[in-house]
Amino acid sequence: MSPLISLSKVTKIYKLGDDVEVSALGGIDLEVKEGEFVAIIGPSGSGKSTLMHIIGILDQPSSGMVKLEGSDVGKLSEQKLAELRNKHIGFVFQAFNLLPKTSALENVELPLIYSDISGSERKRRAEKALRVVGLGDRLNHTPAQLSGGQQQRVAIARALVTKPSLILADEPTGNLDSHAGDEIINLLKDLNKKGNTIVLVTHEREIAMEAKRIVEIKDGLIIADNKTR
Amino acid sequence: MIPISEITKLAVRSLLRNKSRSALTMLGIIIGVSAVILLVSIGQGLQNYITQQFESLGSDLIVVLPGKVGSGGSISGPNLAGSKLTLTDVDRLSRLGGAVESVGAGIEMSSTVSYLGKSKYTTTAGLTAEYQKMRNLTTSEGRMMTDSDNRAGRNVVDIGPGLVDALFGGANPIGKEVTMGGQKFQVVGILSKIGSGGFGVDVNSFVVLPLTTAQKLFGMKSVQAIGVKAKDKDSIPEATVLVKKELGKRLKGDDFSVVDSSSLVATINQILGVVTLALGGIAAISLVVGGVGIMNIMLVSVTERTREIGLRKAVGAKPQDILVQFLIESVVLSVAGGGTGVLIGYLGSLVINQYIATTVTFWSVALAFGVSAAIGIIFGVAPAARASKLNPIEALKYE
Repeated sequence: MSPLISLSKVTKIYKLGDDVEVSALGGIDLEVKEGEFVAIIGPSGSGKSTLMHIIGILDQPSSGMVKLEGSDVGKLSEQKLAELRNKHIGFVFQAFNLLPKTSALENVELPLIYSDISGSERKRRAEKALRVVGLGDRLNHTPAQLSGGQQQRVAIARALVTKPSLILADEPTGNLDSHAGDEIINLLKDLNKKGNTIVLVTHEREIAMEAKRIVEIKDGLIIADNKTR
Repeated sequence: MIPISEITKLAVRSLLRNKSRSALTMLGIIIGVSAVILLVSIGQGLQNYITQQFESLGSDLIVVLPGKVGSGGSISGPNLAGSKLTLTDVDRLSRLGGAVESVGAGIEMSSTVSYLGKSKYTTTAGLTAEYQKMRNLTTSEGRMMTDSDNRAGRNVVDIGPGLVDALFGGANPIGKEVTMGGQKFQVVGILSKIGSGGFGVDVNSFVVLPLTTAQKLFGMKSVQAIGVKAKDKDSIPEATVLVKKELGKRLKGDDFSVVDSSSLVATINQILGVVTLALGGIAAISLVVGGVGIMNIMLVSVTERTREIGLRKAVGAKPQDILVQFLIESVVLSVAGGGTGVLIGYLGSLVINQYIATTVTFWSVALAFGVSAAIGIIFGVAPAARASKLNPIEALKYE
């Protein structure tokens, strides 16, 4: 079976000025298979955010090849990439990034609006996703009426609602206390058990240990890639 | 791209999320549009009012005014105080015959009329019987001024219904004597009520008296206007030539002007048309200012919502989805503002119509509304383009 996502010899160089170049990724080879729970760990400045952006096809590599379900995404237009993200990737961000003054239900509906699904079907699916994350009774609450942990659950429901091939969580516990953080990690583990592929980016080893596989990155290179159990 | 109807819903929802800001942004457009409609309606109303007034004089009328009255390009009023027109001229003109059917004359001054301690300062018109007819003045009770009143210079007056109320408390004034300039005048008739609406002139409080009586009262030898009624509309040019020739025998060219009512209306309308356009133009500037306000707020909104834009892009919004959403937001603001402005402008002109005649014209509504919608698009493009070009990664990082 071909991997869900595969990176080969991926580099990323940022140009800061005319002569100043910063190499964020120095040649990454990585494969993520369906059903995996991978943690990408590294200190800040290690290039893990850049890697996440490339896996999430929010960004294009300077060189190398990125394949999503076997097809090259390197030469695609911005429109096509938006479509692929909409269909295949569910994002969970450290800062939740929910729309303010907007109900949980409408927040979760957002990705479905951009995949041209009818209003009633959107509502049905969004409700279902919110029940999956345990917020079936908070559909009409706005982010301001929810705790941090609950907000992150809404964000996870938003990531789930399109039934993506991959859920990409960038420091999902970074803005939460340890109790709420544990709950979010358990939720992600649960989702993984139900068959969702998850890539978790973190700088905390303790959290990374919860994943099935840990990819360690430093100075733009993978320095370790181990199964946890 | 997702359907426009969906994007419109998104746009409206984001505007509703910031109700007070949206309302304040619209305010600029509301003021601009209602100002255009209101000012144009006042200008147009003035134009209609004056046209109406002249049309009630009849289209077969020529007016001789003292002094040089501008026509075409130059604008100058009649020289009423230095009038060299006299009753002799009126007699000579009335003997012309041919294209000239009848000739009348009048003066119009102001004086205080009083009766048993009550008094009122009002317009006092001395008119010949013919001129009365030309001005469509009639009485509802009693009689009009006659030629014999005029020849004899009798102290008789007709008074307007407004004066009947003011001086007589509504009681029948016929046969009673009012005082003007220390002289007594017998009331012989009540003027018919004239339709409401004027520019500060209370047309229903006129006093009408024989021309010769008025000349005595005000110590005048001249008349201020001579009205010449032509046989019909087509004989106006012929009558004009006759009148000019006859008056030219005695007076210099600068001493009098002969104008026919239709060319006078045309001249006045031309002037008022320019005034109306100028008023509309000044108001339109505030519309543009409102448009700049929309652009300003939309730019602020793009900056403020950078994260939201990044998120939308991350979850699958294409650049054109974002572009269209922001464009629709500004168009909704300007169109809703324009619609409200039309409503307020219209209601405002109804209110002002109680005091000054106003006419809301279709073109001013269409123009103001169309311009405001166009402003929404024009001033919305730059912010929308900026939003659509945001890089989702940078946008998500934005604090």
